[in-house]
Formats: sequence, C-alpha cells, structure tokens
Amino acid sequence: MEPTKELNELLTSTCEWLRGTGPENDIVLSSRIRLARNLSGYAFSERLEEARQRQLLDEVEKAVVSLPMLKDSYFFDYKNLKDLDMQFLLERHLISREHAADQGERGLAVSRNEVISIMVLEEDHLRVQVLQSGLNLIEAWRLVDKVDSALDKRLSYSFHESLGYLTACPTNVGTGLRASCMVHLAGLMMTKQVNKILQALSKLNLTARGFFGEGTQASGNFFQFSNQMTLGQAEEEIVDGLDRVMRQVIEHEKEARSHLVEKRRAKLEDQIWRAVGALKSARLMSSAETLGLLSLMRLGVDVGFIKNLSKKNLNALFLYMQPAHLQKLSSVTLKTAERDYKRAELLRTRLKDVELV
Amino acid sequence: MICNACGQNEATIHLTEIMNNQMVEVHLCESCAEQKGSDFKTHFDFNKLLASLSDIGVTGRDEAGEKLTCKTCSMSYEDFGRTGRLGCADCYRFFERVLTPLLKRVQRELRHVGKVPAKATGEMKWSVELRDLHERLKKCIAAETFEEAAQIRDRIHQLEERVKKSDKKQK
Ligand SMILES: [Zn+2]
Ligand SMILES: [Zn+2]
Repeated sequence: MEPTKELNELLTSTCEWLRGTGPENDIVLSSRIRLARNLSGYAFSERLEEARQRQLLDEVEKAVVSLPMLKDSYFFDYKNLKDLDMQFLLERHLISREHAADQGERGLAVSRNEVISIMVLEEDHLRVQVLQSGLNLIEAWRLVDKVDSALDKRLSYSFHESLGYLTACPTNVGTGLRASCMVHLAGLMMTKQVNKILQALSKLNLTARGFFGEGTQASGNFFQFSNQMTLGQAEEEIVDGLDRVMRQVIEHEKEARSHLVEKRRAKLEDQIWRAVGALKSARLMSSAETLGLLSLMRLGVDVGFIKNLSKKNLNALFLYMQPAHLQKLSSVTLKTAERDYKRAELLRTRLKDVELV
Repeated sequence: MICNACGQNEATIHLTEIMNNQMVEVHLCESCAEQKGSDFKTHFDFNKLLASLSDIGVTGRDEAGEKLTCKTCSMSYEDFGRTGRLGCADCYRFFERVLTPLLKRVQRELRHVGKVPAKATGEMKWSVELRDLHERLKKCIAAETFEEAAQIRDRIHQLEERVKKSDKKQK
C-alpha cells in the first residue's frame, strides 16, 4: 500500500525551510536542531536483527501517534516507499542521505507542516528534528526539547550517568544534539572571504558543509554550519554558541553585499541579470547550473534588483528543480537529459512574471 | 584539465568541496565523479583517529593482551575502527579503554551536562544535578557572587541528604 496520497499532500505544500519567513531569512534559510536517541534493551540500529527492528519501529510508531503534538502527522514505513519517494523526502530535507540509502526496516514521522520529523532506525534508533525558517535556533530547541520529553514518557532512552545519551557514534554522545543553520553566503563568496570565515569556524569547534549536493560538495553558495561537539556542554549553551556565531556571519555577509552593491554595482548587476536571462530562456538546465543561477537570482531579490518575485516562489524553485520533485510534479519518470529539458521548462514558466529590465 | 583522482582522463566535472573547513576545488572525470558520489562519507576517519591513538600507547587490547570485544553484541575493535559505529550501549563499557582517549580528542569534556531523561533513576538525576551545582559553585566563588553561592550550597546539602537517605533504603 503506497502512501501516494500523503506524499502528494507534501508535494503541494510549502515545507518549513522554504517558507522564506523567520528572522534574517535573506541570509539564513533555516535553522535545525536534531537529537540522537536510542532505546534501552535494543542493540544500535546497525547491529539489530530485522525482527527486532520491526519491533522497535512498531513501538516507536505507537509512541509517536499517541503524542498530541504529532496527532495528525504522517508516518511512513519505508517498506511501502519506492526509491523515488525516498529521494523526494531527502530533497525536502526530512531525511538524511544515509537513512534513504540504508537497508532494513526504517520509518519516518513528519508533522503536517514539516516542522517536526523523526527518523526511525537511522544510525541511531531515533533522530528527532525540528526545522524553523530563518535564524530561529532558540525556538527550534524549545520545540525539539518538548517533543523529546514527550517521547521520553513513552519510551525508555539509553542513558549513561556520565556520558549522557548513548549514541552509535561517539561523536554524538552526551546531548546527542546537532544544531545547524543553512546559509546563503553569495556576498562572501563573490568577495572571496568564505575561506576566512570557515577557518574561524574551526577554531570555534563548528563545522561547515555544503548544503545542496553530495557530501561535502558546496554549490550555489549554500552552506550548513553546525556544532561539532556534543559532550560537556548543556543544550542551551550549544545552541546559544551557534546562534551568536551565526549573527556575526550574517553581519559579514551583509557587509560583503553592500560592498558589492556600492563598489561593484555594474559587475553585480551584470552577473545577476545574465543569470535571470539564462533561467528565463534556456532549453536545457542541469541541476548544478540551476543552483548557481538561482543563487544569483536570490541575491538579486535580496539586494532589491529583481522585483515581482516573492521569496516563497523563489524558494519553491530550489525544491521543484531537484530530480525527484521534478518527476513527481510531471508524474512521469524522466532520464537525466529529459529532466534537464523539463527543468528548463519549469523555470521559464515559473519565472514568467519576472521582467527583464 | 586532467582528473585529480585518476590523473588520466580529461576532467569534466568541477566541484567545490569543503575539507577541514577549507574550500577546495576538485576536478574529476565522469567515472571518478560517479565513484566518489557513491562511496563518499561525510563522517570523519575513525581508523586514522584510532591509529593516532596507538601512537600514544592506546591499543585495542586489554591488560592481558586480549583483543577488545563487546560481550553483549560481539562487536570487535576492528569493526569499530572500520565503521566508527558502536554496536550497542554496552560497547561503551567494553571499549572504555579506547573510548576515553578518543572522546578526549573529539569532545569538549568527558562528562555530560544538560538534559537527563525523566525516567533516569532519582539518584542518577541527582548526581548529574550535583555535578552541575558543584561546577556553578566554583564559578560563583571565582566571580565572588557569594549570595548565589550560598543558595547553591543549600541545594547541594539538600540533594546530598536525599542521596544518603536513598542509599540507606537500598541497603
Ligand atoms: Zn578520473
Ligand atoms: Zn556492544
């Protein structure tokens, strides 16, 4: 029984990280906090027999649906999902690449507004995460803490007196908390200052990754910053630490943008309008090229060059241009070359109101 | 431009990667890029980390020279080195000899501060709170905020009394 209806509902709704609201949303797309939790009495996911995995999945599903705050949520059992569905959830940042690729029993609970999601049987039994639009780490922590406490009443977490919450990987032990912000640093990239920022981050025990694309690959000037350490610091402190650094990064990015607008305006205008021109007229568009051009377009909207394009509609393009979304929207399976054609078509249609001036 | 990975084919794919918080340009041919995409892991290299620990005399063996293994889930030290993942909660106990220096390298401290499950036994909760309180007390004394320090001391006494009582009950 494929959950087609539920997936289609997701397809037509705006997911949280693309709403384009929230503080500092011109630079910070979204804030996320996830907690790694394991249940006592079960081996960690990778070493758990399939029958026990099933048991755990059922136990968690029961606990999740009984939570008032997750009453109307979707619960996906992966044995009912196709590869394309999994890719689709991955593109919406509801699940991790690892969770999509793993074998064995797995599941996912998602609240209707896609703010709360719980991966079941990822590397850890539970990965509870909350997403917020813009820079909103404090609120994300408040909410994920609440969900976690509610689950804690119904499940028995694996906890060690001095090491805290036990996790499959020792890099997550303690709080099991990973806080991250997805940022668009187009200004710092163009002024070639990103490496300076990244180096400063490592001194503060923060890590940077590319946000779109595989693994560590950075594309379209999007980055994900997160805390590295999980043991020895309370949750609020970790969250607060990242929040403070993010505010500084935002300041630097703002400075870089106004420098570009004031001192290198012609060059900037040229780059942005060329991107718009390509997006509005190309017949074949790869996802990598699209990402780079959309990044420029986003900058154009943020600095006020481009009118008639709402943040929400712009953000939707980042989602819809990805392979699984593109195929779900057109209800057909497409090969790479066909996708490039469809993608170009989608961009032209959706950007038709943006005028070339 | 020649592929960075195989050094033979023409590079057609140009990536920007972040390695150790540093942006690096990588140029790959199509087949190398494909390979990279499939086996790429973002986690860090545990084998390397464990090897660096053996330089300071930490090995995957106990005092008797036996290889460390988890008696509960039978995870071996090699498995752990290869995947960087432990097999079960008890692995933390069986691999303690290696995990302690490893955690020292990758984490801030060796002791958890922060949230505690509601179901953690009363004592466990108290001991975590007690530790927090002692730390705060130290800070207060250093900062000479004596009023707060006095309050913290009261709470410590209170908790210690409770721990004593529950110890008696258990006996
Ligand atoms: Zn090659
Ligand atoms: Zn074990």
